[in-house]
Amino acid sequence: MKTLPGRDHPLAIAGFAGPALLLLGLFMLVPLLFAAAATFTDHRLVSPEPTRYVGLENYARLLALQVVEVEPLRDAAGAALRDEDGIRFPTWRQTRRAHPGVAQYRPAWQVQVGERRFVLAATDPLFYRSLINTFLFALLVLPLQCGAALGLALLVNQRIAGRVFFRTVYFAPVVTSMVVASIVWSFMLNTDRGMINELLRAVTGDPNVGPDWLGEPRYALPAIAIMSAWQGAGFQMLVFLAGLQSISPELYEAATLMGANAWQRFVHVTLPGLRNTIVFVLVSTLLLAFGLFTQVDVMTQGGALDSTTTVVYHAVRTGFRQQDIGYGSTIAMVFFGIVLLVAVLQRVLLARGDNA
Amino acid sequence: MKPFLRAAFLVAVMGALGIVFAAPLLFMFASSFKHDDAIFANLASWSAFIPDAGWSLANYAAIVERSNLPLFLLNSTLIAACVVVGGVLVNSMLAFALSRMRWRGRRAVLAMVVALMIVPFEVIAIPLLSLVARLPWPGIEQGALTWHIGWFNSLHVQIIPFLANAFCVFLFYQFFRDIPRELDEAARMDGAGPWTLFFRIILPNSRPVIATAAIVLFIAAWNQYLWPIMVVQGEAARPVQPGIQQFFGRSNSWGQIMAYASVVTLPVLAVFLAFQRQFVASVAGSGIKG
Repeated sequence: MKTLPGRDHPLAIAGFAGPALLLLGLFMLVPLLFAAAATFTDHRLVSPEPTRYVGLENYARLLALQVVEVEPLRDAAGAALRDEDGIRFPTWRQTRRAHPGVAQYRPAWQVQVGERRFVLAATDPLFYRSLINTFLFALLVLPLQCGAALGLALLVNQRIAGRVFFRTVYFAPVVTSMVVASIVWSFMLNTDRGMINELLRAVTGDPNVGPDWLGEPRYALPAIAIMSAWQGAGFQMLVFLAGLQSISPELYEAATLMGANAWQRFVHVTLPGLRNTIVFVLVSTLLLAFGLFTQVDVMTQGGALDSTTTVVYHAVRTGFRQQDIGYGSTIAMVFFGIVLLVAVLQRVLLARGDNA
Repeated sequence: MKPFLRAAFLVAVMGALGIVFAAPLLFMFASSFKHDDAIFANLASWSAFIPDAGWSLANYAAIVERSNLPLFLLNSTLIAACVVVGGVLVNSMLAFALSRMRWRGRRAVLAMVVALMIVPFEVIAIPLLSLVARLPWPGIEQGALTWHIGWFNSLHVQIIPFLANAFCVFLFYQFFRDIPRELDEAARMDGAGPWTLFFRIILPNSRPVIATAAIVLFIAAWNQYLWPIMVVQGEAARPVQPGIQQFFGRSNSWGQIMAYASVVTLPVLAVFLAFQRQFVASVAGSGIKG
């Protein structure tokens, strides 16, 4: 590489680099540092009170968690009481009275083992619900969206008529805004008049089928995951397509000469050739999944009993709607920590690939 | 015969998937021309995806009358145009300084740009809200310059924070790095300064990356949702995405909501179809570099 041409005037350098650096500094670095600092305060958007330093109070309130073991209600003989739903347990109010340490806590999650129930109690149970929902969503959308994207890429990579047209069709949802996609899918998922339930009824011949997709806790998040995969798969399809086209055709020819069938060529040539692309697609999809907000805000408002509240949705609700900047920033910082972990994971995965 | 069967099978699979991917959008466009009764009449048949015999533009007329959609469209167009033009300019200039000028701290700035690429907007949204609430904005009152505190309910609050974009800087940087240096050295020999070099040599040779950056910035600006719902309360500065969300919450006419959704979607779809080649190239580029 040749040396750079002679030095430029400092003013010229400032003129070129200055505007963007100033904007990046003011609107990215400053907010980032401000967020980190705000987590230690009770800062509010508008407040007559001056902002106070509160130490780790926000983190404690956000993260405080206790596992409480709850004994079933027992009769005089000591046997657990039962009703049609199974073993009967005391209410949280009663449990709290028996455990003075959890006065500020509310249940976030519970699991039953034999006759005992373990309650995960938190001071902000909604945060843990949203954390679990966010990971659940990522778990649902990751295989769905990346699998669909890889399948579509393999299809449009074939030398057949119409592949450019279909590539365009598969990509069209990506340029549709998430708000519009969410609205259109809200109609399609409508219980009584939605196209999806109408189709279900037409196929099964049973006029009573058709779940309340967005109103039932067990369906709401999967429904949003399917809709999100539909909206986003086209983007990853193009990324996979570029990866596929960078694999040398000679490798396929060699594999064919050695008698490999289509499946063997896929496993031994295509997949290894796509390694870095797969890591990139998985990580970028994961980061998008963690940021889930718009679909929830438009389609469910976190609803069906908090089954679709996500970390970002929770941060916006506290930071913006309740104007609690300090606490909202704390949620945002925890979210950022998760993002950084994923970024580090990507580095590790790619580095290992280079060494192999 | 066998290759023919294989091709037919693949086309059939592609077509079936194409229907799945196109169905919601076709349903949206088709319903926008229908009366609500007609929409509900044929949800489980092919006719849900094509306008019926009684099609009309009544829904479009109704939304123009019932909402401030033209204003929201104007706002979004202004925001997107400013972000695209300003963003392409400031980001390419920083990339030029990073790839073509020698200065102390250049490597550190480059590392910072790469690091900032992974910061999701959701992380800084809330502190940014607090920041823009305190920023001053100049105004003229009775012939004198006055400073107004707070950027809420304006177009500039939706433009200025999104001009500089770490991902775009990096795109430009990668592209500039690959432009042969003989080009600039020849220009420098002829006595060209950095401004001439940038505007006469580098930018005219960078059309593909300019297109890519413009597309990325345009789509992000047009589809903004989280930020405007936080900083814009009134209708005067509202862009289209919060506009349609609000209309969705207020109206119960599916046809009208679909017409609204179609109007909001068409500009981006048009940009996509017009620049499809650059689009595909830009996505491919973003993936391989990883």
